[in-house]
Amino acid sequence: MSSSATATLPVGIEEGGGVARGLPRGKPNSTIGSSRGGRLAMRTIALGYLAILLGAPLVMIFYRTFEHGLAPVWDAVTAPNALHAMSLSLEIVLIVVPLNTIFGIGAAIMLERGRMPGKTLFGLLIDMPFAISPVVVGLALVLVYGRAGWFGDELAAQGINIIFSIPGMVMATALVTLPFVVRETVPVLRELGTDSEQAAETLGASPWQTFWRVTLPGIRWGVGYGVVLTTARALGEFGAVSIVSGRITGQTQTLPLYVQDRFENFDTTGAYTAAVMLALLALFTLLAMNLLARRANKKGGH
Amino acid sequence: MAIQVREVDKHFGEFQALDDVSIEVADGALTALLGPSGSGKSTLLRIIAGLETPDSGHVVIDEEDVTSSPARERGIGFVFQHYAPFKHMTVHDNVGFGLSVRKRPKREISDRVGELLALVRLDGLADRYPSQLSGGQQQRMALARALAVQPQVLLLDEPFGALDAQVRAELREWLRRLHDEIHVTTIFVTHDQEEAMEVAEQIVVMNHGRIEQAGTPRELYEAPANEFVMSFIGPVNRLGDAFLRPHDIQLLSDSEGEGEEALVERVVHLGFEVRVELKLGDGRELWAQVTRETAQQLELVEGQILTLRLPQPRVFAQTS
Repeated sequence: MSSSATATLPVGIEEGGGVARGLPRGKPNSTIGSSRGGRLAMRTIALGYLAILLGAPLVMIFYRTFEHGLAPVWDAVTAPNALHAMSLSLEIVLIVVPLNTIFGIGAAIMLERGRMPGKTLFGLLIDMPFAISPVVVGLALVLVYGRAGWFGDELAAQGINIIFSIPGMVMATALVTLPFVVRETVPVLRELGTDSEQAAETLGASPWQTFWRVTLPGIRWGVGYGVVLTTARALGEFGAVSIVSGRITGQTQTLPLYVQDRFENFDTTGAYTAAVMLALLALFTLLAMNLLARRANKKGGH
Repeated sequence: MAIQVREVDKHFGEFQALDDVSIEVADGALTALLGPSGSGKSTLLRIIAGLETPDSGHVVIDEEDVTSSPARERGIGFVFQHYAPFKHMTVHDNVGFGLSVRKRPKREISDRVGELLALVRLDGLADRYPSQLSGGQQQRMALARALAVQPQVLLLDEPFGALDAQVRAELREWLRRLHDEIHVTTIFVTHDQEEAMEVAEQIVVMNHGRIEQAGTPRELYEAPANEFVMSFIGPVNRLGDAFLRPHDIQLLSDSEGEGEEALVERVVHLGFEVRVELKLGDGRELWAQVTRETAQQLELVEGQILTLRLPQPRVFAQTS
């Protein structure tokens, strides 16, 4: 963020809220971060925290990867198992993201507009994946769909394997990323309100036309943000996928699983290279999000 | 098209929004639904539009019972208090929306949008987005959008409520003239009695989900059916059970003889109108409305003693 943004924030709080003025000990200037020194200290702390948590490790990974030049990196990237892991990760993302986008928009509309009983419970259920460890999600899926599970046997008899194959990995990823689109869409849906949809209705639009031409464009930035978060999370998902996949090299290994596999086999170049690939994919996704947000601010689209 | 609402009831949970409401609106009339907030006026409008369903009762538009038809099949145009613009569309696309969902050719839509923008005096702003328009302009756009599909009935829900006083006065006047031009049956909701009196040919006064009185502005003013209408439709003094209009009170300088004596407590100059706050001998308070001229003749000042000539006050039977 630019320095002007950090500088103006405390002033805004002071004027708007009047909280500082209301306090008995108060010169209005005593708000944290409003003095020059305070501001500097806050910025140092924030940046330092980021550097320790994010900056240094990221720099190290890039440094280690390219330590011995480009040739080993190129070899690591083009290793068949690496390429397979990457394409599998992308494949899962390409299945999970559309599924969760459609479900997410539907669920958000139900939560915000619906009048069904048990809405609170439904909302809570959707938030569950945020609260439960992905490992538990994976285990639960194995318990239901695994060979020894509830109806794993019947499925296996039909020749359908869910656990230790792609369907299970898609399910695990979809479950872990379930809340993102819903939670990003609900607030924009609320802000959009029902007036414009009702206006469309009085103008003769069918419910379907109203959805495509008024509701969806009205919430597109929220949905877009949810999609980006879902993508980033789906790419990086480790815990749940690790359990349901069985980690069969060259078959059910996604990029994060491949990173760990290489790391455990002392192939540091392979591990670092794959990690960099993951980091770049994530970076690209976040960049896409920023571009979206910027367009959202510029256009009349609110 | 003529509209009839028959014996409509509507509850929101425990709250009774409408209680056995019936109204008649003649073809081509300009009608105001007037009442304080919570009186049910907006709910009634939304039931006519088909945006709410009544618990019981019927809505008839042009002799056809539309009670169970969805809003999009009722041939209505609806204008919302907060304009309800499609923010992601240009003014052109907003106004053309109704034609576009009817799959009319692009050429026809553009021509019609052009005509309507001229009608609402927004020519040249077709490529703007709603966020680039003022409140008054957005409301005119919303009106053009509603008129684009040639509705049989135009319904407006507090259309000027969110605008500042000057724009409001301008748009009222303009709505009145627009109605003279296109003669579409129009119902608008307002809580502002002045707005209702100025614009409407017929006013329906509502309170607590019931109709208190329906009539022309003049009928309501001159023959209010009850104390609610009397006090809602204009300023009023209450002396016990009796009601007086402030402008019906005649002020005389004290030498002029018979009448009740009163002390001038405060004189407020509001341009042409002057408000005089008075206290009677027995301590009761009331105010009178006089012209600037009268105030000058009487040389009104605080502390002065005047003689009042009170008209025959209006007394209503107590309603339970």
